[in-house]
Amino acid sequence: MKAKWWKVLAIILLAYTLTAGLLLDVPRLPILNETIRALYFHVAMWFTMILLLLVAVVYSIRYLRSNDLKDDDVAIEFTNAAILFGSIGILTGMLWARFTWGAFWVNDPKLNAAAIGMLMYFAYLVLRNSLVDVSQRARIGAVYNIFAFSAFLPLIFVLPRLTDSLHPGNGGNPGFNAYDLDSQLRMVFYPAIIGWTLLGAWIGTLRVRLRRAERKIEEKLINQVS
Amino acid sequence: MFQQLKTLIKKEITLEWRQKYALNGILLYVISAVFLTYLSFGARDGNISPPTWNSLYWIIILFSAVNAVAKSFVQEHQGRQLYYYMVASPESIILSKMIYNALLTLLLALLGYLVFSVILGNPIANQGLFLVNLVLGALGFSACLTMVSGIASKASNNATLMAILSFPVVIPILLMAIRVSKNAMDGLDWSTSSDKVLTLVAINAIVTATAYLLFPYVWRS
Repeated sequence: MKAKWWKVLAIILLAYTLTAGLLLDVPRLPILNETIRALYFHVAMWFTMILLLLVAVVYSIRYLRSNDLKDDDVAIEFTNAAILFGSIGILTGMLWARFTWGAFWVNDPKLNAAAIGMLMYFAYLVLRNSLVDVSQRARIGAVYNIFAFSAFLPLIFVLPRLTDSLHPGNGGNPGFNAYDLDSQLRMVFYPAIIGWTLLGAWIGTLRVRLRRAERKIEEKLINQVS
Repeated sequence: MFQQLKTLIKKEITLEWRQKYALNGILLYVISAVFLTYLSFGARDGNISPPTWNSLYWIIILFSAVNAVAKSFVQEHQGRQLYYYMVASPESIILSKMIYNALLTLLLALLGYLVFSVILGNPIANQGLFLVNLVLGALGFSACLTMVSGIASKASNNATLMAILSFPVVIPILLMAIRVSKNAMDGLDWSTSSDKVLTLVAINAIVTATAYLLFPYVWRS
């Protein structure tokens, strides 16, 4: 992960997303109008969050198999980054909802699922902080992380599809493809997803390195005294 | 494995029977909770609309289940847990606790249903569907809550932790159960709710399977 090219790529893609996303022509749709540009930011946040959480779960599983604290570092920091993106996703979504559906919060299964997901991961942080022993914290944290993720998946991917939702692709609403996600939108949307994901991974890896460096210093101090 | 399971479940039931105050306490909890809602809604028969009845019922069952299951890992002290650790496999321990807690939750749910029908009226049209749903809901609650109580017992201040860790995880099960029981209330045919019942079964299966796989790691520490 020390290579630089993907960080440069992230910057280029995000610069492209910001400029092209705000300046390029977008299809005129009823109700949505110009707010469809929020697609590049709001929807991309959720893609990033899910991918980061997936990485965190994979590393939690790896931790349970290896008992190596390095794996736990990745799990917790990627979850932190995912929580950041999730919060921004909720905020941008609320703004978008205000201008298209008329209120900051509507009783929509996807909104509620997202909020519950956030509750789950805040609970994860509280759980970790309430455990004192480092290796126990890592192990119990990993267990809850996997457990929560397995409950989170049906919550966001299965339940909303069973009920009516204002989001596209649910309960009779047309999915993205039917929704004129025309080539113009795609031209910005896909790079935006990749760009934001890379940014998330960047934040995650930075924090992981910080954590590992801190641990090294701590161990050095302990060894000095004894 | 089956022998172990049987012994462990028997042990749980004996233990519960010996300290009857815990069981009686939780039963009384259900009754007083129902009565509390009855008084605070100022409800006479038929005053509460069926959807409200439904949500109240499930919320009360959820809270009583949380209270009932929360003690499953704390009631026995460390030394005895070490003993179980040595004589039984973690898989049979979690399964036995899940089965026992499912029975306990089902008992609570049935009692709640009885008290609800007596004082708030019984709007359920399709009893069979409602009861099947009750069994599925009890299984799901107990799988999820047993696992979470195992996790929370490792940490201090576990009453708060138990609640905040379990609520988000249990919500999918709760929502599906509420939906199915709404259908049962309206007396809809089995075929209309079969997909929802299947989803509920699937969620239960996911939760049970992950708990089964992950519990050994919790137990080891």
